[in-house]
Amino acid sequence: MTYTPHTDADREQMLATIGVGSVEDLFADIPPTVRASRFALPDPLTEQEVRAELSRLADRNRIPRVSFLGAGAYRHLVPAVVGEVIGRSEFATSYTPYQPEVSQGTLQSIYEFQSLICELTGMEVATASHYDGATATAEAALMACRLTRRERIAVSTAVDPQVRRVLATYCAGPGIEIVDVPADLADGGTGLTPVDAASRALDDTVACLVAQQPNFFGGIEPMADLADAAHAEGAKLVAVVEPTSLAILAPPGSYGADLVAAEGQPLGIPLSFGGPYVGLMAARMDAVRQMPGRLVGATRDAQGRRGYVLTLQAREQHIRREKAASNICTNQALCALAATTYLTAVGPEGLREVAELSMIQARHTAQALEEAGLGRRRFAAPYFAEVAMQVPNAAARHAALAAHGIVAGHLPERDYPDLRDTLLLAATELTRDADIDGLVAALRATR
Amino acid sequence: MFPDDLRYSKEHEWVRVDGDGATIGITSFAADELGDIVFVEVPEVGAQLSQYGSFGVVESVKAVSDLYAPISGTVTEVNGALAEQPELLNTDPYGAGWIARVTMADAAELEQLLDSGAYAELTSG
Amino acid sequence: MSVIEREATGDQSGRGAAFSGAEGGGELQVVEPLIFAASRRGRRGVRFPAASERASAAAAGQPGIPAAARREVAPGLPEVTELDLLRHFNRLSHLNHAIDLGFYPLGSCTMKYNPKVNEWAARLPGLADSHPLDPAELSQGSLELEWLLAELLKDISGFAAVSLQPAAGAQGELTGLLMTRAYHRSRGEGEQRTTVLVPDSAHGTNPATASMVGYRAVTIRSNERGGIDLDALRGALGDDTAALMITNPSTLGIFEDQIDQVIAAVREAGAIAYMDGANLNAILGRFRPGEAGFDVMHFNLHKTFSTPHGGGGPGAGPVGVSERLAPFLPEPLPLLVAGDADEVRRNAWAGQSTDGARFALEEGGARPHSIGKIRAHTGNFGMFVRAYTYIRSNGAAGLRGVSDDAVLAANYLRVRLADAYELPYDRICKHEVVFSGRRQKREHGVTTLDIAKAILDHGMHPPTIYFPLIVEEALMIEPTETESLETLDRFAALMLDIADRAATDPAALKRAPETTPVGRLDEAAAARRPDLRYVPVRE
Repeated sequence: MTYTPHTDADREQMLATIGVGSVEDLFADIPPTVRASRFALPDPLTEQEVRAELSRLADRNRIPRVSFLGAGAYRHLVPAVVGEVIGRSEFATSYTPYQPEVSQGTLQSIYEFQSLICELTGMEVATASHYDGATATAEAALMACRLTRRERIAVSTAVDPQVRRVLATYCAGPGIEIVDVPADLADGGTGLTPVDAASRALDDTVACLVAQQPNFFGGIEPMADLADAAHAEGAKLVAVVEPTSLAILAPPGSYGADLVAAEGQPLGIPLSFGGPYVGLMAARMDAVRQMPGRLVGATRDAQGRRGYVLTLQAREQHIRREKAASNICTNQALCALAATTYLTAVGPEGLREVAELSMIQARHTAQALEEAGLGRRRFAAPYFAEVAMQVPNAAARHAALAAHGIVAGHLPERDYPDLRDTLLLAATELTRDADIDGLVAALRATR
Repeated sequence: MFPDDLRYSKEHEWVRVDGDGATIGITSFAADELGDIVFVEVPEVGAQLSQYGSFGVVESVKAVSDLYAPISGTVTEVNGALAEQPELLNTDPYGAGWIARVTMADAAELEQLLDSGAYAELTSG
Repeated sequence: MSVIEREATGDQSGRGAAFSGAEGGGELQVVEPLIFAASRRGRRGVRFPAASERASAAAAGQPGIPAAARREVAPGLPEVTELDLLRHFNRLSHLNHAIDLGFYPLGSCTMKYNPKVNEWAARLPGLADSHPLDPAELSQGSLELEWLLAELLKDISGFAAVSLQPAAGAQGELTGLLMTRAYHRSRGEGEQRTTVLVPDSAHGTNPATASMVGYRAVTIRSNERGGIDLDALRGALGDDTAALMITNPSTLGIFEDQIDQVIAAVREAGAIAYMDGANLNAILGRFRPGEAGFDVMHFNLHKTFSTPHGGGGPGAGPVGVSERLAPFLPEPLPLLVAGDADEVRRNAWAGQSTDGARFALEEGGARPHSIGKIRAHTGNFGMFVRAYTYIRSNGAAGLRGVSDDAVLAANYLRVRLADAYELPYDRICKHEVVFSGRRQKREHGVTTLDIAKAILDHGMHPPTIYFPLIVEEALMIEPTETESLETLDRFAALMLDIADRAATDPAALKRAPETTPVGRLDEAAAARRPDLRYVPVRE
């Protein structure tokens, strides 16, 4: 199945106009020694055949009946209206809005997105989005290095391990050194980043402290104190936040965060095996010229109509080239639109309902496991909607449950070797009481 | 076409001498090439400039350009108005659009710069 | 002239007369109000169930959120109904041009038709609801799809190995240069190799990426035929060169007909040959960069492989590498851990699964020289589904036909417009052609910008303008293979008409566009006094 409209007659006409005998003549300038020797792809498929093939692959996945898996990607309701909006061709098949007169739909929706992210985070400026939360965090850390002219960053070990690995990759290029701030992950410990450990890691060579709220284990970090510790050394606080939690938890703007990064997937974006997701970044206006990524601003035309344009483009690669703040070309526009639609569809009340229900069901899960004698909380500190439970023989039991279509959360031991026999369980507004019963029953049936 | 009382560098900066201090800025030619100027990154007071070294940045909607010091010296004053009104570089580049005042390190450096006639020739090509 | 009459202080956001609380309070006319304008206290959209009594009781036995950590004031999100929200975004969508509405000949962007069966596939629940961290047994479909797509991309490009992880072309470039750096370090040449050579026609991402990796970008001039100047390249290559980054066909739409000598020179200098794959649409089935000796290339799934641009993303930028760079690919790669690769491929091409075949992600640390992770998870899976669907739909013959027709269409427009507009490189092009609006500017004062704005009044999108930088008043036209001959002819007629009007009525072109929802916007004001968000008025 192909999508080209040309008939043989069309091709003949074009060749005649061009003045060559065949299409081969248009490729004659490829040196013979480098012409493709083979192109061994499968045969074409019609629509019904390609649908059968994709269905084959989709059926090879087993979507669990019950899942408590979070660890950076969360199973939330994607309201039907989100699909309607991002399914509109005018949004989906348009390009980056470099000709603003015919792109006001995209541009205004990005302006609204930027506004909503500022409201959620309590910050003054938000970008038009980044590839994902991990890359947004890496870009924020590099921005902190530019702002402070320092070449080291401090990162709590309670930050999502994937985010930390991406940070390491991004810092390798410019030779930025990463200092770990060890979280208190001992059995019975807080599960949080100790403020004195942060202070010890910070000095006037460190550009920023990167801390996550809630952290990878769901724990509620002492963000205001961590901000103070960073500022005491002239460093920035980069707060990595979870967007639905911001309906309940203090926004980073209120506790002194200088830069904010987040994974926006929980805002109306399906799990989709890891992508596409959307990274959020926000800051204060005095840092805007060092911000990577796209920004949309309001302005007017000569007739006095309000319009929106990509602005402050001198920061970006197509003008600044080697002096650009970053090499970013795309943002994740359609995913940002999904997030904008989600936030307006649920509103502040709906977001609060999502957060509260997630929190209640996470506590319900922990309580049910404790009461059944199946496990106990590993950490003492309060948590948002994800909790680390100490469960004997966790890995084997997790595998046994998975075979029966129940995913008992995440096994943090892959990234934290000392956290054996631990299940990291997440709940959302989709977690039903029956799911919790199912988890308890299934764990009871294993040892 | 270009003010006679100024000296010009090949990088399109100008110098006006008053006593052993001097004022520097960019020429109307540079401002026209850049288009609508939206931001100017000025040096700090006390900064040491060396002739032809980069001392700041000018941004327009579509372009970015480094500023190169036409003479060496120490910055004694910067034009605060440029933060709010970068467009002064377009509308009044030799007057209200001045960028910085410096104490000159070596007046002989002025010999290397062009007079208005030579600069006009340079920019007419 | 400023946007809104108010004091110019720092953050200008959202406090202008037209933006306060109720809409239309100032002198500005508003095409479509912000979503905030439909907000009223108490309006609800989607609702969620209350927790059961049992759940609340159980939760009470666990620690709550300390007061100090709680939000004091609810976020100022708009309170709107689903109907108002839908009307708002529908009306906004009407303000956009899109491929699904009209011609979009943006050079370097490959704005081809985005097939809807790709969308159907990406929305299959079995794929859309797959959690990236689920145990491998539950994700065999996702893993197989990634493995198969990598196999297809290897075949298309002639590379030995592929990583799907980078989220966009620019991230693919970053990945390529990080691998380059790791490669040179592994051979003890990390300190000495400090520069990346880039043609003067290069896309801005190339030197920007070089900087991000700590390299210095060195520009190599193009020759009078539009290719990289081989002598200049040879002169610049040395043992301080880490890599050459080159787009082929170039950003001028011209195939580098000395590419074999270019690659040989680069390899002889011990450097890495990087190909920017943005223009792959020109050469499918004709030129396989891996086979020709390139070390690394990034693909743009949102260009060549039809995934939708979405108004600026998401895309995907997988990279293909030669054997010598394979150890450095980002981790983890999806692997076939049980089963015969040939059999799995054969069966998949016939639409069948293979008994006993098993896929899994690489174990952490399995490739100690990997550059690590460039983003979370394995990449933009949703775009992999679309690209896989597209490649399987087309097959070998279809993809070869894509390039044939793309190159045919671009040359057709080249010849149709060559009298009216200056053609800096008068030779056969590939999938795009670059004109200069210099004649119109010199003779009539009409710039390429004016030409672009005039096109907007005719239901088409203009070509890419002012790129590449080496062509004055550049107009880069890429029609793609999915536009009919009537569309190509309509576009040519419009461009010829604009060239005429440049001579007879330049003022009309300078007023354009006049029929779009807004006219030319004051970008200088937007940059001087940035207004980057709406601040809702609190009651």
